Amino acid sequence: MSVAPDAPSIYVHRRTASPAAAAAWSPRHQLATNLRSILGRAYPRLIGLRREPSWLLFEILLPFLTTSAFVFVYRALQAPPEYVGFVVLGGAMTAFWLNVMWMMAAQLYWEKDQGNLDLYFTAPMSLMSILLGMAIGGLVATCLRAGVVLVIGTLLYGVVFSIDQWALLIAVFVLTLVALYGLGMVLASLFLLWGREAWHMTQALQEPVYFVSGLNFPVGRLGALGAVAIGIIPLAVGLDGMRQLAFAGSSANIGTPKPEVEALILVAMAVVFIGLARFMLRKLEWLARNEGRLTLRGN
Amino acid sequence: MSTQSVPLAIDVRGVRRVYKAKPNPVTALDDIDLQVEPGECFGLLGPNGAGKTTLIKILTTLLLPTSGTATVFGFDVARQTMEIRRIMNIVSGGEQSGYGLLQVREQLWMMSQFYGLGTREGWKRVDELIEAVGLSEQRNQKISQLSTGQRQKLNFARGLLNDPWIFFLDEPTLGLDVSAARAVRELVRDWRAAVPGRTILLTSHYMAEVEELCERLAIVDRGRILAIGSPAELKRRLQRESIFRLELDRLNGGPATLAALPGVVSAVVPSRDDAAETADRQTVLVNLVLTDDAALGPVVSALTGLGAHIVSLQKSEPSLEDVFVELVGRGFEEGSAGGGKTASGSGTPTGSGTPTGSSTSATSGTPTGSGTPTGSGTPPGSGNDTTPRPSTHPNLPIGEQLERDEPYEPSEPVGSAR
Repeated sequence: MSVAPDAPSIYVHRRTASPAAAAAWSPRHQLATNLRSILGRAYPRLIGLRREPSWLLFEILLPFLTTSAFVFVYRALQAPPEYVGFVVLGGAMTAFWLNVMWMMAAQLYWEKDQGNLDLYFTAPMSLMSILLGMAIGGLVATCLRAGVVLVIGTLLYGVVFSIDQWALLIAVFVLTLVALYGLGMVLASLFLLWGREAWHMTQALQEPVYFVSGLNFPVGRLGALGAVAIGIIPLAVGLDGMRQLAFAGSSANIGTPKPEVEALILVAMAVVFIGLARFMLRKLEWLARNEGRLTLRGN
Repeated sequence: MSTQSVPLAIDVRGVRRVYKAKPNPVTALDDIDLQVEPGECFGLLGPNGAGKTTLIKILTTLLLPTSGTATVFGFDVARQTMEIRRIMNIVSGGEQSGYGLLQVREQLWMMSQFYGLGTREGWKRVDELIEAVGLSEQRNQKISQLSTGQRQKLNFARGLLNDPWIFFLDEPTLGLDVSAARAVRELVRDWRAAVPGRTILLTSHYMAEVEELCERLAIVDRGRILAIGSPAELKRRLQRESIFRLELDRLNGGPATLAALPGVVSAVVPSRDDAAETADRQTVLVNLVLTDDAALGPVVSALTGLGAHIVSLQKSEPSLEDVFVELVGRGFEEGSAGGGKTASGSGTPTGSGTPTGSSTSATSGTPTGSGTPTGSGTPPGSGNDTTPRPSTHPNLPIGEQLERDEPYEPSEPVGSAR
């Protein structure tokens, strides 16, 4: 089909010979579109850091007060000094957990409510790119928040780290985030499927998850319960691994697997959660198209 | 390339869509057949709940048909979803999508990434489209601060980002003021004209809009296509009957009173754009469709009996609205929540329980859908308010009328659209 010779560029952006030619994308084009989609969806999260400075209050100051309370309790009880470091590290990781729960798990549900989900479904890219964009945008933004908590806590309370294996520490940190955000991607699909029920369940589980993850104490102290948490909650196993590596030789690190083992557990978790997220998204799209209940608002 | 070598833009055969619902499943589409040629602008007219949006959702790969087949430029909606998504886009009226914290430019750029536009290419395209839809002043405004009309312009810009071959427009000018709606129609027309083969499927409540933009249209009701043809062809269906435009000083009992008379096919208060000319004179306009001219005598006698005086009487050509009422058996909003603008002159309740006391139109036609009463409604013609509200659309719920700035006006070429 020929283009009108005087057609302005606004009406003829990408000149394709026919609909069939326009629909034939090379694998490279498909990959590039998915990568661009990740970048596009990450953008609002990154720009939000600048646009909505309320995060300084809600995601740094308020969680830091909880961390500080535990620091004062440990000091009053004359606990080993590493405990203060444990709490500060836990406080920093809380930012990631909050981000996963409220900005990953709940996000697709919100997207549906706002009408964005229809647009994602009709765009020529994988929904996995949207979830990855959300995850990467959230992760980068939260790294900044967690870093601020860690630095302030360390300076304010005089935390002394003892790190022998930097590479392993960084690997455990990265794996923790991959597994954690993989879990967030799975939860995002579940939230969308179950709607408000999932919402209520998360609210009900928030404090128990905080507790069994050992955000404010070594999870090994929980005995069998701690071992179970390490087996299923990325935050629990990742935090324990990082504490063992950041405070090497501390007598407070007891009753949990070695960091190398925990790194392997995190790898397994990352593979399972991301695979599950992919499966859930396919299931979700099938349900959306078959039953029409996911893209229709109010359902 | 000639259009003969290209598959049909839309080819729907025997499509049925049933939604699971309690206590009974709901059939939204019932054995629909529809073929749209490449390059056509095709309109879908129907009351709320007719199945128009369901059909668009199937064609845009958001829904699967329960049975039957549908293709878009030869691509199967069930199996070749990605191919279809690469060549189409959709804009719906009242769309509120987007992220409030993003500025107009940023929102569009983000969407451009989902269609694979390069970073710089995306910004350039976004700036062009912002200019084209008339959002230049709002380019750096957060989208949470946009008005309804500005939002819709943003949606249009989004819809054109990927230069689609087929553009699905579901009530696209909903909420736009006259000049914005006109600019949007102009934009759509120019965009389509730029490349032969570009196709539009449009649903609209504004019959004049469909008539202005579309070469052909289908009238849909209760999941079935009642008629397909060009506006002129559809109007010719009514030519066998006589159509009169009556202006009265009052009409006690509403148009339903006239619809019940022998020889009267329908009596309808016309839509507000047609009625605007009499708004200042505080008179009542009624469009009468009669079996033949001879039926006019009894109507005049009946009006005299009702104490109404004829201000003017004019024989007229049928409008698309007349065709719609004839085929569907009711006005646009009846059958939908908050609707109830039409009274049935045949005594068949067709509403959804909305009291007909607020009705402004009537028809004597038998419902052409399933033939069963669909409403729990009030008996027809009881206490109709026959006084048209100046500058309001009789086929729109009051709430919707309040959100609109101006009535529909046919467009004229405007340079600002470019």
